[in-house]
Amino acid sequence: MSGRNWLWLPILCLVLLLVALVPLTESRYAVFLGTDILIHGLFAVSLNLLLGYTGLVSFGQAAYFGIGAYTCALLMKKAALNFALAFAAAGVFGALSALLFGFFCVRLTKIYFAMLTLAFSQIVWVIAFKWNSLTGGDNGFVGVPFPQNLDSAVRFYYFTLAVVVVSLVLIRQALISPFGRILTTIRENPERTEFIGINVKLFQLIAFMISGFFSALAGALFGIFNHSVFPDILFWPASAEVLIMTILGGMYSFLGPVVGAGVLLYLRMQVASYTEYWPLILGLILASLLFFFPGGIVGFIQDRLGRLRRKP
Amino acid sequence: MILSVEGVTKAFDGFVAVREVSFSVEKGELCAIIGPNGAGKTTLFNLITGHLPLDRGRVVFKDVDITRLRPHRICRLGLGRSFQRTNIFPRLTVFENIQAAVLVHRGRSLDFFTPVAALFREESEAILESVGLRDQGRTMSGSLAYGFQKQLELGIALASQPELLLLDEPTAGMSAKETSATIELVGRIAREKGLTLLFTEHDMAVVFSIAERILVLHQGRVITTGSPEEVRANPEVQKVYLGETRCS
Repeated sequence: MSGRNWLWLPILCLVLLLVALVPLTESRYAVFLGTDILIHGLFAVSLNLLLGYTGLVSFGQAAYFGIGAYTCALLMKKAALNFALAFAAAGVFGALSALLFGFFCVRLTKIYFAMLTLAFSQIVWVIAFKWNSLTGGDNGFVGVPFPQNLDSAVRFYYFTLAVVVVSLVLIRQALISPFGRILTTIRENPERTEFIGINVKLFQLIAFMISGFFSALAGALFGIFNHSVFPDILFWPASAEVLIMTILGGMYSFLGPVVGAGVLLYLRMQVASYTEYWPLILGLILASLLFFFPGGIVGFIQDRLGRLRRKP
Repeated sequence: MILSVEGVTKAFDGFVAVREVSFSVEKGELCAIIGPNGAGKTTLFNLITGHLPLDRGRVVFKDVDITRLRPHRICRLGLGRSFQRTNIFPRLTVFENIQAAVLVHRGRSLDFFTPVAALFREESEAILESVGLRDQGRTMSGSLAYGFQKQLELGIALASQPELLLLDEPTAGMSAKETSATIELVGRIAREKGLTLLFTEHDMAVVFSIAERILVLHQGRVITTGSPEEVRANPEVQKVYLGETRCS
């Protein structure tokens, strides 16, 4: 265990350094893609707190991402609240909606849990879609300003990087704490966890709230990044997409989902300029993944490294 | 008296699995429940530990009415159990399995900030040692041999430091050698820690070797209870149970 950390730490620092240097390329494309990947990386990690660590398949995570985006954008533009407050409110509101929906969802198990998360996210989507006077409905909520002092793409990139890194450190801390250990025992065996004295539903609900909080922060960043919020980000394919990112990168490693977000968004950008059949390509990637690399990209690499090390 | 079961009844779709069962267990006793397949032993355990809601009756543990409490509450009162089908955390190491139960018992389960790796190492390792898994701590528990998994499950139950331990078929699926090793282990731990033990078991040799008192369940009813000698001598028991085992 300690040997592995020793190897990973320098690699992690190097990657972080490279990520921090991206704006020096002065490529608008790189900064744009980088911001997008960071935001979705955080989103995917927050989903994976449920999927890979607690064993809960949320098929409606877009709800919290969207709630965060709308909350932050609406508060800034309609209530003229300053960015810091609106951003914090987005997270809190995400966590509160997760508490409300999660209260019902954790009462169900497996496929029923997944279906109910989907149902709630579709309800949120319909509200955003139909409530024209508040959200602008299908025309979107446009003209969300860059906050003061974050008024360039590069500055916003660094702000996003900081938020994402701090968030990931906090999530990581919670996952290697006693609380995180209990989440993994729930994933492995909820019945047995109950009988070491844990209120399983309560712990699932707390995990759901933490996940909702960070998903909403990611959503808030996304709304500002795009200067607009459209109801699409609440629609079910958005929930599927973040699920695919997570599985693609590897749900049994902490940073796997970030890698998944990076690969998926990069490929989509590349493929979209050649062909309109992106969903077909995505389907093929997903199918081959499930058959040949069930642990995702990071799971595959870890497996290979492990084999190399075992050979003398 | 540590456990008292009073007139407990449970039916599934009209089939009465447990009918008007009453018995009590004294502190420090090693008590066995026997009965042919389908007698209602596991159902009775699930009723006691809150895994199934009961139709009628009452369960009292240490003067607390636990009839309607949820399993995690019952566990925290000091009632531990193991399960008939092995019930561990397969993709955690053996050490982590035990440590998780210790964390909960020590009231640290809602600690979000302390790195877990170093917590309660000695206590967890002492439990591993006591169930004979000292050298398996770093193994993924799902890849352990079956007998070891059963020992691990016992360890998880012990980590909550229960006063009363319910073991559902602790030797199910074990070879004769594993069975006697496990029984020796269970008996030794129960004596060392002053545990009260209530267990179901299909192997008669095991039952008569360690139980101080035996309860015979047949078609959901208690047909007799007494010392091993009394039970062995009871003609009704011989008819419904012992005879059947000898034939099969």
